[in-house]
Amino acid sequence: MRNVLPVLTVLALIVGVWWAAVAPMNIRAALDIAERAGAPVTPEGSVARRDVAVWRLMADNRGHVAAGYDLDRPRLPTPAQVGAELWKTTGAMVLRGRTWSKRSLIYHGWITLRSTLWGFLLGTSLGILGAVAIVYSRVVDMSLMPWAIISQTVPIVALAPMIIVLSNQAGIDGRGVPKAIISAYLCYFPVLVGMVKGLRSPAPAQLDLLRTYSATGFQTFLALRLPASVPFLFTSLKVGIAAALVGTIVGELPTGAISGLGARILIGDQFGTPLAIWSALFCAAILAGLLVTALDAAQQLTLRRMGFAP
Amino acid sequence: MSPAVSPATSPVVSAQNLDLTFQTNDGPVHALSGVTLDIEKGDFVSFIGPSGCGKTTFLRCVAALEKPTAGSLTVNGLPPDDARRARAYGYVFQQAGLYPWRTIGRNVKLPLEIMGYPAAERAERTRKVLELVDLSGFENKYPWQLSGGMQQRASIARALAFDAAILLMDEPFGALDEIVRDHLNEQLRTLWAKTEKTIGFVTHSIPEAVYLSTKIVVMSPRPGRITDVIESPLPAERPLNIRDTNEFLAIAQRVREGLRAGHSYE
Repeated sequence: MRNVLPVLTVLALIVGVWWAAVAPMNIRAALDIAERAGAPVTPEGSVARRDVAVWRLMADNRGHVAAGYDLDRPRLPTPAQVGAELWKTTGAMVLRGRTWSKRSLIYHGWITLRSTLWGFLLGTSLGILGAVAIVYSRVVDMSLMPWAIISQTVPIVALAPMIIVLSNQAGIDGRGVPKAIISAYLCYFPVLVGMVKGLRSPAPAQLDLLRTYSATGFQTFLALRLPASVPFLFTSLKVGIAAALVGTIVGELPTGAISGLGARILIGDQFGTPLAIWSALFCAAILAGLLVTALDAAQQLTLRRMGFAP
Repeated sequence: MSPAVSPATSPVVSAQNLDLTFQTNDGPVHALSGVTLDIEKGDFVSFIGPSGCGKTTFLRCVAALEKPTAGSLTVNGLPPDDARRARAYGYVFQQAGLYPWRTIGRNVKLPLEIMGYPAAERAERTRKVLELVDLSGFENKYPWQLSGGMQQRASIARALAFDAAILLMDEPFGALDEIVRDHLNEQLRTLWAKTEKTIGFVTHSIPEAVYLSTKIVVMSPRPGRITDVIESPLPAERPLNIRDTNEFLAIAQRVREGLRAGHSYE
């Protein structure tokens, strides 16, 4: 709870900067609308205004600056507009009993969350198995690790459509599986790297100790390497779940999906409804925050139960 | 069939002309050179010398954690590898190295679990060795709840848990302050007398070596070798203030001379 105040301070700062940015961002649209309604605007004509700096427009048309805070299709919506849209598409839908409507962000969020969790499960399993193989086999270490690093340099946006096409060819219906694969592709890497580090974290003396007991490799793994890697695992899981969510949303973007937060962002862009983009964006951010917080709580609980110093 | 060894007369650890050379990028490092030493049953042998003299390396050879490049070494009449499989020794490292996710009791049980002792016997042995190191009642505490000295005592209990006849200790009190160290030295003497173990003990400290040992092995570096072996004439009963007697100081003096003779100051 100690960090509530600093977090709120930063949040207030961001909202402040955002709110201040709305005026210059929306002044052109506000002036266009005012001119069409017959109000006097300097200079006249939106073509003439194109080469005038927004600061100049704001200074010359002070009366119209406020209108930028109340546009239907703003370039940059105000925090209040985004908040209202978020409420309209989540809480208000629930109150009206339309939680699972196609217009509800809860529905779209759930679609995204489901793929994220499958991708997270798949990616985490691959990451852990890969790490075990890397730590126990020099051959795998030399051969797999460079490819794992290279895999992360390929832009996921380029890979995503191919994964969708290929999984379609393989006879997999729907977008759930390919989305989960894309998500796993992003999320296995932090888990792999963290687990390799964690499994290698025991000091030489701790490994020597087990050698003096003539412990087998498997006993060493269970008694020492695995428990020693748990703190590392949770740190990577937190990075991994955020990456998995990003992966899912990216998987929803270029693939013609119609449900999911990524699809909402793309559709909002195509139909020129910035409020829909922003509310989907915030919904994704809130979802990521909740997932990371849940893992953080699980981490603290696990480490305390394991007996690590608080 | 293995050749008959008569346990009454043969030494517990016997090293003949032991060499160990590490190949490094800066050329070969002669960690041990021509080390010949016998450790008899019930001996308390201290190895003392400056860094790089091979005292830890020798102990690790006995524990089969390093392989000598030449010479012969037997532990209980067996090659070190076989002796380890026969659970000939318990090893105590400089760092207590307790697992933070295990309670003190479960840390002590670790070797017993790995060696496959039944649960009831694990509990009984743990209770016994914790009592031996004066840690009864701390079984359910986690390592971070104990002081450094207590942690090191727990690690000694862990090495004693499977009741090996030999205890190898590599600077076990090196990281502790002087007062705790004195106290633990006294306890270790008592424990040794009570359990009749054979102890190999690596240290940097002359008073510690003289106070504890029945036999002091003075070593020197480049190449790591033995320069002096001193059979201690001190009585078996050793209160801490024995360190002020002339007898004690005379041995300490001899150790110091041995260290000086073996050390080059160029």
